[in-house]
Amino acid sequence: MATAILMPALSPTMTEGKLARWLKKEGDAVKSGDVLAEIETDKATMEVEAVDEGTLTRIIVPEGTEGVAVNSPIAELNGGAGEAAPAPAAAPAPAAKAEPAPAPAAAAAPMAPAPVAAAPEKDWGATKPTTVREALRDAMALEMRRDADVFLMGEEVAQYQGAYKISQGLLDEFGAKRVIDTPITEHGFTGMAVGAAMTGLKPIVEFMTFNFSMQAIDHIINSAAKTLYMSGGQLGCPIVFRGPNGAASRVAAQHSQCYASWYAHVPGLKVVAPWSAADAKGLLRAAIRDPNPVIVLENEILYGQTFDCPVDEDFILPIGKAKVERVGKDVTIVAYSIAVSWAISAAEELAKQGIEAEVINLRSIRPLDVETIAASVKKTNRLVTVEEGWPYANIGTEVAMQVTEAAWDWLDAPPVRVCGKDIPMPYAANLEKLALPTVPEIVEAAKRVTYK
Amino acid sequence: MVQAAESATTKRRGKGSNREPVLSKEQWQQAYRDMLLIRRFEEKAGQLYGMGLIGGFCHLYIGQEAVVVGMQMCLEKGDQVVTSYRDHGHMLATGMEARGVMAELTGREGGYSRGKGGSMHMFSREKGFYGGHGIVGAQVSIGAGLGFANWYRGNKGVAVAYFGEGASNQGQCFESFNLAALLKLPVIFVIENNKYGMGTSVERASASKDLSKNASPWGIPGEQVDGMSVSAVKEAGERAAQHCRDGRGPYLLEMKTYRYRGHSMSDPAKYRTREEVQKMREQHDCIETARNVLLELSVSEAELKKIDDEVKVIVQDAADFAQASPEPNEAELWTDVLVEAK
Repeated sequence: MATAILMPALSPTMTEGKLARWLKKEGDAVKSGDVLAEIETDKATMEVEAVDEGTLTRIIVPEGTEGVAVNSPIAELNGGAGEAAPAPAAAPAPAAKAEPAPAPAAAAAPMAPAPVAAAPEKDWGATKPTTVREALRDAMALEMRRDADVFLMGEEVAQYQGAYKISQGLLDEFGAKRVIDTPITEHGFTGMAVGAAMTGLKPIVEFMTFNFSMQAIDHIINSAAKTLYMSGGQLGCPIVFRGPNGAASRVAAQHSQCYASWYAHVPGLKVVAPWSAADAKGLLRAAIRDPNPVIVLENEILYGQTFDCPVDEDFILPIGKAKVERVGKDVTIVAYSIAVSWAISAAEELAKQGIEAEVINLRSIRPLDVETIAASVKKTNRLVTVEEGWPYANIGTEVAMQVTEAAWDWLDAPPVRVCGKDIPMPYAANLEKLALPTVPEIVEAAKRVTYK
Repeated sequence: MVQAAESATTKRRGKGSNREPVLSKEQWQQAYRDMLLIRRFEEKAGQLYGMGLIGGFCHLYIGQEAVVVGMQMCLEKGDQVVTSYRDHGHMLATGMEARGVMAELTGREGGYSRGKGGSMHMFSREKGFYGGHGIVGAQVSIGAGLGFANWYRGNKGVAVAYFGEGASNQGQCFESFNLAALLKLPVIFVIENNKYGMGTSVERASASKDLSKNASPWGIPGEQVDGMSVSAVKEAGERAAQHCRDGRGPYLLEMKTYRYRGHSMSDPAKYRTREEVQKMREQHDCIETARNVLLELSVSEAELKKIDDEVKVIVQDAADFAQASPEPNEAELWTDVLVEAK
């Protein structure tokens, strides 16, 4: 039985090629692996190997022919060893005719679904003054007691008790197997933690600062965030990456950068940025329990600050829900992490000038609680965003865009972003101050959108 | 370059004979069948690629079959395997179904990742296969993590991290050697040295002349192994696995192997001569060797033919399934981005 030899596709983009040369002639015996012909593709000259055995009975396309379409018969082979004939040239090639997926029903950008509206924040009862540092430590200790699969690894987390003393006491309580000092090899230990998480363990990876996560970003994105999708839902990655993010103080460009928009860009990741001690404890506990990779962006300057924090053993916060920290009617100020402190200071200053600002603490960067923000803007009709990240494609940009989509008709002024200046962080004290957002800048922005 | 491979392949073989007594007759039969399945599967994949049924990148394992088949003979249920993008052979070796692998290659619903992963991204927790990773070298630290999980849980499991000699130059390999040695993780690092990282020969890419010594600064024992010989692989693999199971930490094996096809389907392979390839195929082919050993062990041609036919049926069935299985439902576009909270 004659088998058609088809013009093969030799690269992902090839649709036709030139049949440059036949290396076999009619009547030749052919065995699997023999080179039959040379074909010039859009990239290179390639050899075509025989798949089946038999005799080359007919050459259909003579050498030198250009523009031979992929899948058209170029020769015939008289079947030798009874190998099943390849599917005919008319075999469907679904990849080629796959139509683009239809846009989602809603006109909204195709992002992961917005978080479901949650009930108003639960009252967790009694609180006690707690530093953000203690809150983070308590969150890890509580979850490690609760689940033996949870462990902490990172540089100086064990014997040194944490470069910023976040893991103080954990080695004593949980031992060296669950509180693991790593060498300074972010790429390697992050990949190792991701591999462990793929088996179902729940690592907490501490980056001494998020600046060093750049060494490991391939594993965070390509290995942790994408595997669930690439595996068709088989293999998740329950892992937490945490550490201080953004500028500390006087540590200059390489140690002063906000990674919120970097990580928030990635489907498959969740990103939270706690401000208060309650945020830190509640969000970190939720992050550890979450079956997905979660980035927890902390702030070094906040570590030592004290807030009232619920003492309830079960206290936890939902990821994806923002908090209204201050109620106001004139302008909505959206902030996250340390920028919430600046926003509240600005609101107090604005109050003296007769402007009542509503301050929203995002808590969660991705998913973003657009509902809470939009509800506020529908009341105030004005939006200011505050963050220390750079202006280009930052979180404020995303917030403003989503508000534009969700509450355009309610906006009485273009949203304004107050953010870090578009420069690497300078070292000099005066310049550093200028590079970061300031309270007067927020006040100014609020006055601008309220036309006052 | 050919010489290096030859000396490696002849070193451990008896002169003039392919008789390698490490394996029993039954094991030789099994190895022959498993290697043949990979070869025929890959040939079929190449064919389907040529027909436009498989898209994107497609890296065939033809020539290297002895490595995964020999190593898999040393593994037990619960052990883990992770590898690079040249992964079809590894999946079949761990016992994953040919149908599911082929249907993933054609991007269909019946594929292991329901068509969302493709050639380089397939997984089976059940078979201990953790991918299928498209970023060169990433699987080495992930593999250390699989070993870490065994260490953390205190079981006797062993993880095998396969990577090419090209990947072996990645910084994270050395970071992973260090971490694995520090924690004494049960992981076997297997360098599949097929002599070319895409188009760059190992001599041009690695100043290290003996890759089996790449982890020696961390005290990790290493061996060079004739990767074209399934019995040599099995023998070394057993030593490595035992070392890990005894709690003595990681082990490194450099498999001297060879790929007959290009780096990917679109590689014209102009960086080596046709003769070099032909010589390896004719003189060192792992399947031919196994076939000759079986004949010497008085297995009849008819019995071998039976194995060939069985393999042919599996591969044809996989190809048919991979074409008949529908493309994923369009709703699949939005699933599996995040695990939904319970």
